[in-house]
Amino acid sequence: MELDPLLLSRIQFAFVVSFHAIFPVFTIGLASYIALLEGLFFKTKNPAWERLAKFWTQVFAVVFGMGVVSGIVMSFQFGTNWSNFSYATANFLGPVLSYEVITAFFLEAGFLGVMLFGRNKVPKGVHLFAACMVALGTFISAFWILSANSLMQTPAGLELRGEIYHVASWAEALFTASFFYRFWHMIVASFLTGGFVVAGVSAWFLLKGREVEANKKALSMTLWLLLIIAPAQLLIGDFHGLSTLEHQPTKVAAMEGNWERGTGVPLILFAIPDQENEKNHFEIKIPKLASLILTHDSEGELPGLLDVPAEERPPVFIVFWAFRIMVGLGVLMIGFAFAGLFLRAGGRFASSSWYLKGLVAMSLSPFIAVVAGWFVTEVGRAPWLVYGLMTHAEGLTPSLTGGMALFTLIGYILVYAVIFSAGVYYLMRVFQAGIEATDDDIEVESDHAKRPLSAAHVPFEQGDKA
Amino acid sequence: MSEPVFDLTLIWVGIIGFGIIMYVLLDGFDLGQGILFPFAPDDQARDVMMNSVAPVWDANETWLVLGGAGLLAAFPLVYSVFLPALYIGVFLMLAALIFRGVAFEFRFKANKSRFLWNWAFAGGSFIAAFAQGAVVGTYIQGFETENFRYVGGALDWLTPFTVLTGVGLVAGYALLGSTWLILKSEGYIQDWAYKITPRLLLAVLVIFGIIGVWSPMIDDFLKERWFSGVSLLWVLPLITLFFAGWVYRAVKKRQEGFPFVATLGLFISTFVALIFSKWPYVVPPNYTFWDAASAHESQLFLLLGLLFVVPFILMYSAWSYWVFRGKVKAGVGYH
Repeated sequence: MELDPLLLSRIQFAFVVSFHAIFPVFTIGLASYIALLEGLFFKTKNPAWERLAKFWTQVFAVVFGMGVVSGIVMSFQFGTNWSNFSYATANFLGPVLSYEVITAFFLEAGFLGVMLFGRNKVPKGVHLFAACMVALGTFISAFWILSANSLMQTPAGLELRGEIYHVASWAEALFTASFFYRFWHMIVASFLTGGFVVAGVSAWFLLKGREVEANKKALSMTLWLLLIIAPAQLLIGDFHGLSTLEHQPTKVAAMEGNWERGTGVPLILFAIPDQENEKNHFEIKIPKLASLILTHDSEGELPGLLDVPAEERPPVFIVFWAFRIMVGLGVLMIGFAFAGLFLRAGGRFASSSWYLKGLVAMSLSPFIAVVAGWFVTEVGRAPWLVYGLMTHAEGLTPSLTGGMALFTLIGYILVYAVIFSAGVYYLMRVFQAGIEATDDDIEVESDHAKRPLSAAHVPFEQGDKA
Repeated sequence: MSEPVFDLTLIWVGIIGFGIIMYVLLDGFDLGQGILFPFAPDDQARDVMMNSVAPVWDANETWLVLGGAGLLAAFPLVYSVFLPALYIGVFLMLAALIFRGVAFEFRFKANKSRFLWNWAFAGGSFIAAFAQGAVVGTYIQGFETENFRYVGGALDWLTPFTVLTGVGLVAGYALLGSTWLILKSEGYIQDWAYKITPRLLLAVLVIFGIIGVWSPMIDDFLKERWFSGVSLLWVLPLITLFFAGWVYRAVKKRQEGFPFVATLGLFISTFVALIFSKWPYVVPPNYTFWDAASAHESQLFLLLGLLFVVPFILMYSAWSYWVFRGKVKAGVGYH
C-alpha cells in the first residue's frame, strides 16, 4: 500500500496537538484556582487555604513543565508538515503565534518564578499579585492560539495577493466570527478540567481519610463552581453550535449525522454513519429535536451533508461520535455537579463513598471531552485547512513523502510515550505525597523560575526521601 | 496601508541573528556538558557539570523557540523551506532536546534510575548538537527550490559535508562546555577541564579549518565572495585565530574566566564570517532575506511586542546568571 503523506500528517498533527492540549487546558483552569486560593488566604489568613495553594502549585509546576516541552514540538509542526499553509498564512499566523510565545516567556520571566519560589521571599500581596498575573497570562496565551484557530475556521480580514495572504485588518483577522464562542467555550472547558481534577483528587484524599478538613473545603468550593460552570458550558456550547451552523453548515450536518437538507430534523442519538453510501445505519432518533435545538423551531430547516459534493464532506463517523462523546460527558458533568448540591445536606458530598469514587473517575472526563471537542471542530472542518480557502492537500509540504511522515509519526509516539509516562508517574507521586508534604518547607538553592519542575520536591522513586 | 518608511527587514535580520547567536552561545555551553558527560572523571564530576548549568539551561532554550516563531513571522520562506528540507533532522533535534530536558528534571529526583537519565542527557545533547551543526552545513550547501518551495529529497541535508559541520558543532559545543566548566568548577574537576580544553580547541580548529577549505569547493558563490580579490572578509578568520590563541594562552596561564570569554569570541567571529559568506542570501542559492521577508505590517506588528518583552527577558537572564554566579561545589547536591 502506498503511504499517504497527507493522511499521515493529519494523524501526526492530531496526535501531537491532542497530547499537547491536555496540559494547557489543565493549567489554565488550575492557575485561576491557585490565584483564588491565594486570594482566600490573603483575606482570611486561614492556613488551610495556603496549604492547598502550596500543594496545587506543585502540581501546576509539573503540568506546566510538560506543556512547555510538548509545545516546542508544536511550533515546528507547521513548517515541517504544512509548509505551504505556513508560507501562505505566515503574515497572520507568524506574529500571532510569536505573540503567544512572547506572552508565555514574559509570564515565566516575570511572575511564574515569584509564584513558584517566592512565597517566603516577597510580601504576601506581591505573591498574590504574581499568582493573578500567571492566571491572566494563561488567558492571554489562550487568546492568541484560539484567535489563530478561529481564523482557520471562519477566515476574515485577509487579502490574497499572489499566493500569499496579507492582513488587511488586524481587528477583523484577530476577532473573527467564531472567536468569542470558541474562546469562552475553551476557557470554561479549562475551568471544568481544573475543577474536576481538583474535585477528583480531593475526593481521593477524603476516601483515604487524609487531611479531611482541607480537602473538604477544597471539594466544597469546587462543587459550587462546577454547579455554575457545568450548565453554563452547555449554554455556551449551544451558542457556539448556532454560530457554526451559520458559518460552517457542513460541520453541523456531520455533527448531527444529517444527510438530507430538510425541515423538522430529528435528533439522532445513535447511528453508524456510512460515508460511502451517504446514509446512517441503526439510527435511534428523537423526532424534530435537532431542528428545535439548532433553530429554536421544531419545523426549522437544517443543512445536510448532501448539500456539498462528496469530496467536500468531512469524515462523518469521527465528527458524529466525537460530538456525542463530548456532549455525553458534559451531561455527566452536570449530573455530578447537581448530585453534589443534593448531597450538601449533612455534608454527605464529602463522605458518601459512591459519590467520591465517582468524582475520582470523573477527573479524567474533561480531558476526554476537550480532545473530543477539538476533534469535532478540526475534523469537521475537513477537507478545509482554512475554511473555504485552502484544503489540507493544498497546505501540505510538497516535498513530504509517506515514508518521512511515517518515520516521524512513529518517532513522536515513542518520544511522547516515554515523557508522558514519566510525567504522569511523577504526578501520581506528587498526589501520593499529598498536602502533608508541603508542610516541611524545603528551600533549595537550585530552585529556579525557568525550571518549573524544580518547584516539586517529591522524589521520583517510591520509598525515597528527597 | 502606509508605505514602508524604513527597512524593517534589516532590523529583523539583526533580531533573528542576535537570537541565533544568543542561542548558540548559551545553549552551546550547556549542551557541551552533555557531550562531555561520558568522559567525565567520575559521577561527582557529573553532578557538578549538571549543577553548573541547571539553573539556566531552560532559559537558554527559550531563544530557540523564540527564533522558530520569529522566523515564521519575519522570514516565512526560511521557515517553510528549512523545515521541510531538514524534516528528519528537525525531528531528531526536537526528540533529543525533549529527552535531554526531561532527563535534566528527573535525574535530580531519581536515584535507582539515575543512570538511565544520564544516558538520555548525554545522548540527547550529542544528537541535538550534531543536528544543529548539520543545519549550518545545509545552509552553506544550499537548498533545491522551485517557486518558493523546497523540492529536494528527504536526506539532502545528510552529506559528508554536513556530517563534518555536525561533528564540528559537537566539538565546538564541547569546547564551550569545557571552558564554562573551568569557570564554574574547582579542584580535580577544574584540572580535568583544563586538561581537555586544548585538545578540544585543536579539534575545533582542525574541523573548522577543513570546513573553511571545503566550503568554497562546493559553493561557487562563497568562493567568489572570498577569493575574487583582496577582501576585508579575510580579517575574520584572523580574528577567529586570535581568539583561539587567546583560549590556549589563558588555559596555559590557568586563568579561570578568559578561556570561556575567548571561546565566545571564537564563535561570534565564525558566525559573522558565515553570515557574510552568504549575504544577502538566507535560502541559498535563490532567495535573499528580502525575498524571504513577510509583509511590512506583519513585521511591524510583532516588532512592537518584541521591543517591549526582549529587554525583560535579557534583564531576567542577566539576573539569573548573577544569582547563580560563583563556583559549583562538589558534593553540594541538588536535593
